[in-house]
Amino acid sequence: MEILVCVKRVPDTAENEIKINSDGTDIERDDLVYSVNEWDNYAVEEAIQIRDRVGGAVTVATIGDKDSEEILRREMAMGADKGILISDDAFEGSDGKGISKILAAEVKKGKYDLILTGAQADDGAGQIGGMLAAILDLPYASIVNKIETVDSKKIKVGREVEGGNQEMNEIEMPCVLSIQTGINEPRYVGIRGIRKVASIEIPVHKAKDLGVDAASVGAAGAKVKRVDYFVPPAGKGADIIEGSAEEKADKLIELLKAKGGIK
Amino acid sequence: METVLISPAKAFFLFIPTIVFSVLIPIIGASLFTYIIAKRLAPLVKSKSDPRFDNLYERFINLLKIGIGQYRQPRYMMAGVLHIIIFAGFMILSIRSMSLVIIGISENFVFPGLYGIVGTTYNLLKDVIATGVLAACIAAIIRRGVFKPERYSVPKKYGKDHTAEAVFVLLLISTLMLSEMSFEASLLAANAQKGIQSHEIIIPGTGVWFLKNYLSDCPIKCLQSIHLVAYYIHDIVFFFFLCFLPMGKHFHVITSLPNVFFGRTKKGTIKPVSYDVDEDKIDQLESFGVKKFEDFTWKQILDFYSCADCGRCSDNCPANAVGRPLSPRFISIKGREYAFSHYPLQGKFLKSEPLIGTVYSEDEIWSCTTCGACEEECPIMIEYINKIVDLRRGMVDDGLVPQSLQKPLKALENRGNPYGKVEKKRADWAKEKNFVKEYKVKLLDQGDTADVLYFVDSITSYDDKIQSIGRSTAKVLTACGIDFGVLGPAEADSGNEVRRFGEEMLFQDLRNRNTEAILEAKVKKIVTADPHALNALKNDYKGLPPVEHISEVVAKAISDGKLKLKDVEDENKVYTYHDPCYLGRHNTIYDAPRNAIDAIPKLKRVEMSLKCKDRSFCCGGGGLMLFYEPHEETRMGVLRVKMANKAGANVIVTACPFCMVNIEDAIKTSGLEGKMEVIDFAELIERHIIK
Repeated sequence: MEILVCVKRVPDTAENEIKINSDGTDIERDDLVYSVNEWDNYAVEEAIQIRDRVGGAVTVATIGDKDSEEILRREMAMGADKGILISDDAFEGSDGKGISKILAAEVKKGKYDLILTGAQADDGAGQIGGMLAAILDLPYASIVNKIETVDSKKIKVGREVEGGNQEMNEIEMPCVLSIQTGINEPRYVGIRGIRKVASIEIPVHKAKDLGVDAASVGAAGAKVKRVDYFVPPAGKGADIIEGSAEEKADKLIELLKAKGGIK
Repeated sequence: METVLISPAKAFFLFIPTIVFSVLIPIIGASLFTYIIAKRLAPLVKSKSDPRFDNLYERFINLLKIGIGQYRQPRYMMAGVLHIIIFAGFMILSIRSMSLVIIGISENFVFPGLYGIVGTTYNLLKDVIATGVLAACIAAIIRRGVFKPERYSVPKKYGKDHTAEAVFVLLLISTLMLSEMSFEASLLAANAQKGIQSHEIIIPGTGVWFLKNYLSDCPIKCLQSIHLVAYYIHDIVFFFFLCFLPMGKHFHVITSLPNVFFGRTKKGTIKPVSYDVDEDKIDQLESFGVKKFEDFTWKQILDFYSCADCGRCSDNCPANAVGRPLSPRFISIKGREYAFSHYPLQGKFLKSEPLIGTVYSEDEIWSCTTCGACEEECPIMIEYINKIVDLRRGMVDDGLVPQSLQKPLKALENRGNPYGKVEKKRADWAKEKNFVKEYKVKLLDQGDTADVLYFVDSITSYDDKIQSIGRSTAKVLTACGIDFGVLGPAEADSGNEVRRFGEEMLFQDLRNRNTEAILEAKVKKIVTADPHALNALKNDYKGLPPVEHISEVVAKAISDGKLKLKDVEDENKVYTYHDPCYLGRHNTIYDAPRNAIDAIPKLKRVEMSLKCKDRSFCCGGGGLMLFYEPHEETRMGVLRVKMANKAGANVIVTACPFCMVNIEDAIKTSGLEGKMEVIDFAELIERHIIK
């Protein structure tokens, strides 16, 4: 099975102190450390596991500048066979649709059975998977938490339904899936793994390589523009449960029941 | 020598001269034994190298003290004394047994050197020790068969009970003793009946003495039969026993002395990834750590062979105590079983298979806190930490790392600390508003110079609750009149746990960053209040100035009269000192913190008597272990707090920030809040400084 996983480099929320910049349009980006978007990492792990089961190859692609190469290498150290860096100044400032267009052009260059994206990104809007499928006119399943391979034509995908129920759908390939965290346990990638793939050439695809009209993407083509960015004011403080240990426990159970936390 | 009985060398059985048996039994026995040992050596030959001929002086001392001297045996008094008697018996009676084998061929054989008075003395000694061994075997059989001490039991998941094998071997040893005694006693009884004055003196009360008296009226013909039958029982059992040893836990009879000799001579260290490849080239290795059995070193396999199944390691293992899926004893036993089943005595060797998921489980290997209690206890110096680390290296290389550990590892890679906090805030603990009014901590990465570097390490730098240990340490150092500074943002995590969790490349990265920063600071000495940092800097790093723990600095300042302490704040409190693993067991610093605490006038201190110093009980583990989510029934810290409570203490003093975190948590979860409290060593001292 030929699988393409679309990945994104994001500031790691666990390892940064996120502050808003002075003009309030973005976060302070000096001193940030970046990593691969968590959802995408699960998607890559799933792709590798499928490949190990049924054969084929896993390609990881990202849109970004030269720095984005590091996350491609991390995913290749995990086991992806190939990386593609999609990079062009013209892509800068793209909105979701622009990004989806560029990715769609990349998909058309290859012959993929399965295209995976993360269900969303730490700093994203969760729109790429759907738009990409629409542009490519492919079937789409979102927030996938389970994949079972059936045959070379179709697979089964699962989705958690609100309330903890599970739904399984059959979907024809080629198709686009957006992957939910928790679908697997992504493997660890250490420095040694990354060094092992350090010298592998990663091709760079530019707008003209993909046949993308530069005017239809990037800031020029964007129809959605960010106008503000701020930290919302802190809400009302937490409720402190008072009383003896037993009273506290009783009240807590009562609250959890009332809010549907336990049955 | 004139005797009444015909010796086995001259006797006949059904017209066959018995000397035929005397020759055949040793030949068959020795050939079989050689064959078995050759098969047992096969996995060692295929294993990884491990040079163990360094530090010969220490090795001989270990051999004499821990091996022949059985130094660690009496840590379990009853079993220890029984073992010492049986071991002494083996050492002394092996000469007698070998002599007997030859006497069956040449009746007047005397072991070289054992002539005259030496021989007589030896004979007296062997009669006494044989009696002792017989008594010890009977005691041991009763102990194992009737009283069944808990630590020998085999949990279901690890297979069948081992009592039968233990009792069987004790019976074999008893048979050897009894047959030797009967051989001797029948001869002496016969001689006495014929009025031949024996040269031999026998000590009343020995087995031979009893048997001789018992047999004194026995007809000569009967004595002759006993004499011969006893001889061949001894001969057959001797060689059967020899060949039976390499079949199970009694292999230790053969392997334990070499195992002690080749045991580790330096504490606190971790073996390199490979002994064959230089550290700067290990990146090119195809595979890291232990993934299959042959990835172990020969010494690690010798460890498996040597395990005597005594259960002392697991009895002291905190992971085992809290119900984690780890019992060090079975790390060895499962390793040995793998070797025996994959390198069988007959037939082809089996194909190698991955160890994780078959022999060992992932959770089992991550459960270890590397506290070292097992290694401290093992009477024959079996090593566990290096095996655990090697197996973890293999898992890390294959990406098999629990999700709970992946985040802190990545943060260490990106930010030099497991919390993912930004580097520039590493010295912010020293900016607390009350502290900063009185104290200014020098930042050595910004041009300041000092005699001493205070290496803070990650938890003290970043953890809100632990930062106060940093401030107390700084105050204590100031009170001791020490000119010190910190590295600030240039400091990275010491990497003690990074290495012990198997992420060797990341460890080397951290170590190189720190080494460079430390050498650039041009200090004469390094001081730390974090035993994990102490251990890494002292034992894992190279070329650094001397490293000391704050307790050593304080103890010295007190004895030099530079530091004076006032009366204890509350005289009604009873203190106990909890030895952190990386300060105590791994670096043998036991007295300095105790002396310093005892220097506080009117402070009352008790010991957790059976569980202190080198038998201290791990609080739950430090560094990355704080992030790991184990499967366990209770927490190590909870057990530790209960031990302190039982000892009659209400304040636990520890000297490690991780112990502080774990014990503080445990006091809350064990329901002893308000009754017990915990304080760090540096904070305790700081509160009692006379300015």
